[in-house]
This record gives sequence, C-alpha cells and structure tokens, in this order.
Amino acid sequence: MSVLTAFRDSERARSIIERIHRRNTGDISIMEFCGGHTVAIFRSGIRSVMPESVRMLSGPGCPVCVTSNADLDRAVALAKTPGVTITTYGDMLKVPGSRESLMQVRAQGYPVEIVYSTLDALKLAEEQPDREIVFFAIGFETTAPAAAAAVLQARKRGLKNFSICSVMKLTIPGARALLAMGEVKVDGVIGPGHVSSIIGSDAWRFLPEEHGIPVAISGFEPLDLLAATDAIMEMHEQRRPALVNTYSRVVRPEGNRKAWGAVEEVFTLDEAGWRGFGIIPESGLVLREEFADFDADRRFDITVEDSEEHPACRCGEVLRGVITPHECKVFGTACTPESPLGPCMVSSEGSCAAYYHYQRQLA
Amino acid sequence: MKHKQILLAHGSGGSMMHDLIQELFLPAFDNPYLRQGNDQALFENPGGRIAFTTDSYVVQPLEFPGGSIGELAVHGTINDLAVGGAKPLGLSVGMILEEGLEMELLERIVANMKRAADEAGVPLVTGDTKVVERGSCDKMFINTSGVGLVAEDVHIDGHNARPGDAVLVSGSLGDHGVAVMSERRGVQFSTPVVSDTQPLHRLVARMLEVTKDIRVMRDPTRGGIATTLNEIATQSRVGIHIEETALPISAEVNGACELLGLDPLYLANEGKLIAIVPEEAAESILSAMRELPEGKHACRIGHVVEDRPGIVRMRTPIGGTRIINVLSGEMLPRIC
Repeated sequence: MSVLTAFRDSERARSIIERIHRRNTGDISIMEFCGGHTVAIFRSGIRSVMPESVRMLSGPGCPVCVTSNADLDRAVALAKTPGVTITTYGDMLKVPGSRESLMQVRAQGYPVEIVYSTLDALKLAEEQPDREIVFFAIGFETTAPAAAAAVLQARKRGLKNFSICSVMKLTIPGARALLAMGEVKVDGVIGPGHVSSIIGSDAWRFLPEEHGIPVAISGFEPLDLLAATDAIMEMHEQRRPALVNTYSRVVRPEGNRKAWGAVEEVFTLDEAGWRGFGIIPESGLVLREEFADFDADRRFDITVEDSEEHPACRCGEVLRGVITPHECKVFGTACTPESPLGPCMVSSEGSCAAYYHYQRQLA
Repeated sequence: MKHKQILLAHGSGGSMMHDLIQELFLPAFDNPYLRQGNDQALFENPGGRIAFTTDSYVVQPLEFPGGSIGELAVHGTINDLAVGGAKPLGLSVGMILEEGLEMELLERIVANMKRAADEAGVPLVTGDTKVVERGSCDKMFINTSGVGLVAEDVHIDGHNARPGDAVLVSGSLGDHGVAVMSERRGVQFSTPVVSDTQPLHRLVARMLEVTKDIRVMRDPTRGGIATTLNEIATQSRVGIHIEETALPISAEVNGACELLGLDPLYLANEGKLIAIVPEEAAESILSAMRELPEGKHACRIGHVVEDRPGIVRMRTPIGGTRIINVLSGEMLPRIC
C-alpha cells in the first residue's frame, strides 16, 4: 500500500466513521478554518457520511476570499500604471473588485501575468529589466515564506524592478476575530495543516486554553480529516478541550522556524482589511522599512477610492460561517463560477465554489 | 533547410514558401494523395457514412515528456473520428508558424507527425501553411481535420446512454495533463509521467468486432473524464455513477496531483476513451480491449442510472458521495 492509498483506505475510514456515529456528543458544530480543508472535505464526501448532529462549518481560511475589494482595486490600479506588470496567483485574476477584475484588466491589454511561484515573478523581473514587475502577494502563513524568499533573493541579485504589493494575512488573528464576534457556535476546530507546518501546532493552543474549544490539526487526506473530526468529538464528549496534532508527519509543535525566520526578517505586522471582518489589528504582513525598495505601495503612488462590495454578495457572511452558501439568494443563479459576484465562488478554496462543484445538486 | 528560422517570406506564396513545402512538408508527409499535387485530395467513395472533424492544437510547451504538438495533432483528430466508430481515411494539416520559429524544431515536429501518421496508417493528404509576424502566435499552431467512414450498422451517439449500461475507460487517467503541467512548471518527478498520446482507431475497431451496439464513445481530452461524463449525462438525460476506487490513476499521477493541488478527473488525456456499453456486453468488450496495447488497462468505472438525469456522482473510498461537475475555467494549482 502506498503512502497515499494508506490515507484513503476504505476499511480504516469505515471504522472511524462508525466510531463517530457512536459518539454521544449531541449537536456539535465543527469549523475548518482552512479553504484547502473545505475542498478536501467535499471532495472526499465526508459531509455526506457525517451524522446529522454534526454541523460542519467553513471558516475564513481562503486567502483569495478574504482579500478585500479595496486591496483588489489597488491591484487593478497598479496593473493600469504605465510600465508596471502585475503578477499573481491564478485564482486572483477572476475575483471581481469594486468595478473590474484583473482578468478584465488583462483583456483590456494591461499586462497581468499568472505565476505559479514568487520565483517565476523574479525571473520575469530579470528577463524584462525595462518593466516594473509587481507581485500581488496574497495568502496566509503558508505563502509568506516564499514571498520573503523572493524579496531576499531580489536584494541579493540587485534587482531594481521587482516589488511586492503585500495583502498577506495571518490566520491566528483572523480566528481570534471570528470568535470575538460570537456570531457562530463553534464547538471544535479542524486546524489548518499547511499553515501549521509553518507556525507550529502550538500556535493554536489558545483555542482550548482561552476559549475551551478543542482543536485538531489535520492533513488533507480523507483519513486525516476523519481522524481530526473524531478527535474533536472525543474531546467534546469528555469535556476535555485540548490541542491534538493528527498531522504530526508534517506539523511540529514549533513549526518551521527557518521559514518563519525569513518572514520575520522581511515583514512586520500591521492592521489589515479582511473581507467580511473589516480591519483586524496586527493581522497583515507588510514589508519592513529596510525593504522599502521592494514595497510596491511605497514605490507607486496609488490611491483607490470608493471601494465597495456587490450589494447582493454575501461572501462576508459565508466567510464568518454565519450563513452557508445555499442561503445566499444569488448562489448558483446570478453568481456562478463563470460569472461570480464574489470571491467565494471563484477561488478553488472558496466555500461557495466547493458547494457549487461538489454538493449543489445533492442538496 | 537553408534558413535556421522561419521568416515571414516562408509564408509569402513565393519561392521560399515553395521550397519549404517541397523540401520539408512533401518529403515528410509523402503519400499518393499528396502526390496528386492538386488543391484537394480525391478519395474513391467506398460506401458508408462520412465522418468529418477538425481540431486546433495550441499546446505549450510544444514538446513534452512522451510527445509533441505534432503527435497530438495527428492522434487527436484520428481519435475524434474513431470514437464515432469511423475508420479514418485521411487528415489535412494547417500550420500557422510564427516568424522566428527555429527550423530545427519545426523539422522535429514534422517528423513526429509523419511517424504518428505512418504508425496509425492514416495519411496526411492535404495541407496549408501560413507564417504570421513575431508575437502573433506562440511559435506554432496546428489545425488538423479528418474524414472517415462509419459502417451503416454503427450508431455511436452521445444521446444513446441508457440506465443499466456500463461505463468503461480504456486505461489510466491524467497522464497527459500531468506530463504537460510538470514540463510547464518545471516540476521534475522521480518517475517522470509521460503523455499517453496515441491513436485509438484500432482499439475501437476491435470493440466493434465484439458488438456494434456500443452506445456512446468519447475521448476525454481537455476537461478530463469529469467533463466528458457530464456531457454524456446531459446529452442522454441520464445519471452516471462512478466509483473512485475503480478509477485507473497511476501512483505518479496521484502524487503529482497531491503536490500541485489538482484533481485527476479534470486532467487532459490524449490516448484514452470512455465507452458506454450495454451491461451484457461489457465483459466481452473489456476482454477484447485488453488484447491491444492501447486498451491493456481497460476497466469498468461505473454505470448509468435513471435518477438525477444530467448529474454525475462519485462514491468516494470512505463511502461518501460527491457530485462531479464540469470544469469551469482553467484548473489552477492551489495557493496554500
């Protein structure tokens, strides 16, 4: 049995599912913060095998989705700045800003390039010395080390035409803000696997210790997610909230200190605007003063006014777990992956996209 | 060739274009139809219904593990004919070349096309070349069209799937998609995944020897089997159930999908077919398919159902169910 098939083994899955069904937790709401988990849960059909008493909630952990329209509008304005080429990850192109998306801007003839890594953006900067290459950096702790590495590399190589427009965010302040709002009942949290591989599982101890909420760090295979769900239910059943790491093959308690060290070297904390949440203090990563040369916001004089959300779009409430995508009136009608009104329908990690692709007709 | 790169003059209609055709294309694709030297190729009419298809190839990179745009252009059009039950008679080739294209690369791709056509026994009978200014196309585009003959008693059609039918696939899924993606992204795997590009007309002919009653056949290229099965479900107004554990996906493709955050169901295939066949004929068709190398790993992946017409559902290894939708937009690797 290969490593992958081992984590998809039917027999082991069945025995965990049976145990979950036997558990005496009563109604329980379990939230996965991570968009990657949302998609993995839908893809493996986990929701369809859960008892009715288990409510699975998707949280704010899709980096494309939490990017505010104000930030998107900034990227659009940068893309229209003479001499500038915007580079970013693919999903970002399709997200509608207040007035237009990067994809529409590209169709108008402005240079917008999809890159698969920050190093691709660096390469472009080397190949096109007469253009300003701006990397529109979205993401959480997982992508931040790569952005930091790109800045360090750019400095090392003496690149003068590479900069970053950082709208990167940190998951812990996001999770804290969500709980502080108190809008949704969260009895357990499936902790993000990739994020935790960088910041460490210990970063989530505040959930059981300060909020009495059990948390299980999980990988992305069906058995990982089932094991994490079972662990949360067991802790809930026994009223012993704690931190469990079911993804120890990847996540260490202290995380990847080297990767995080690079992030801390290049970035510092600042407030950030989150879609659906507003401003969250110390939740964004911005370039430190000593890397100002690589900061697109300082290099280009961009002002964006009148940013606004589409009036019918309820992505903000979806991201806070207040409503499910089905409860949004435009879901699957005026808002589809082909013509999205909001980012949750666009992003490959978005809740609405996951509901649309994997569960729409099952409901 | 005298020139190392394609020049605009190669498409001018003058002597350089004449030389390109005489020195490169004609010797490479040589066959009696081409030697007719007319503006059209003449086929004798051997009876049956005529199938006609066309496709354009704009793949990047032009060369990838296991093939090139040349083989794709030949195999793709042969397969579009084959899955309709047609015996391919001949193909046309339209080349759109970008000024500056390296002649050496063009020669390699032409040689690939020649080999692919020879191995398939389907001649390239007529062609056209245009050269466009640098920046107007990405090195080269190829269009191939093909004609074939369908026997009177063969009626393969997307509308024909019926509840109870078996869903078969001719082999492993996603190889071409991963081969191209790994080349494009510079990801090296310890066991490289190579494209599955290959012609399927012989496999189809063998299947039709078992029974003429094959309901639907498709080659799941762009959009993968997910999109193809959805098309069939919609056209035939039936539901389709597949089993994830039955899907033939190699460990390498699965590993690459894990790494890149892709779903193998949406990856392109260039040498595979999906067949919807009557349940009672399924086992004998599978045995016949497995006799040929291109069908060696043929297997059953699901069945056609009456309920929820137009919907494709998949049972996952943990016993859950999920919808398989069509691909919307481009499949992109995960961000985190």
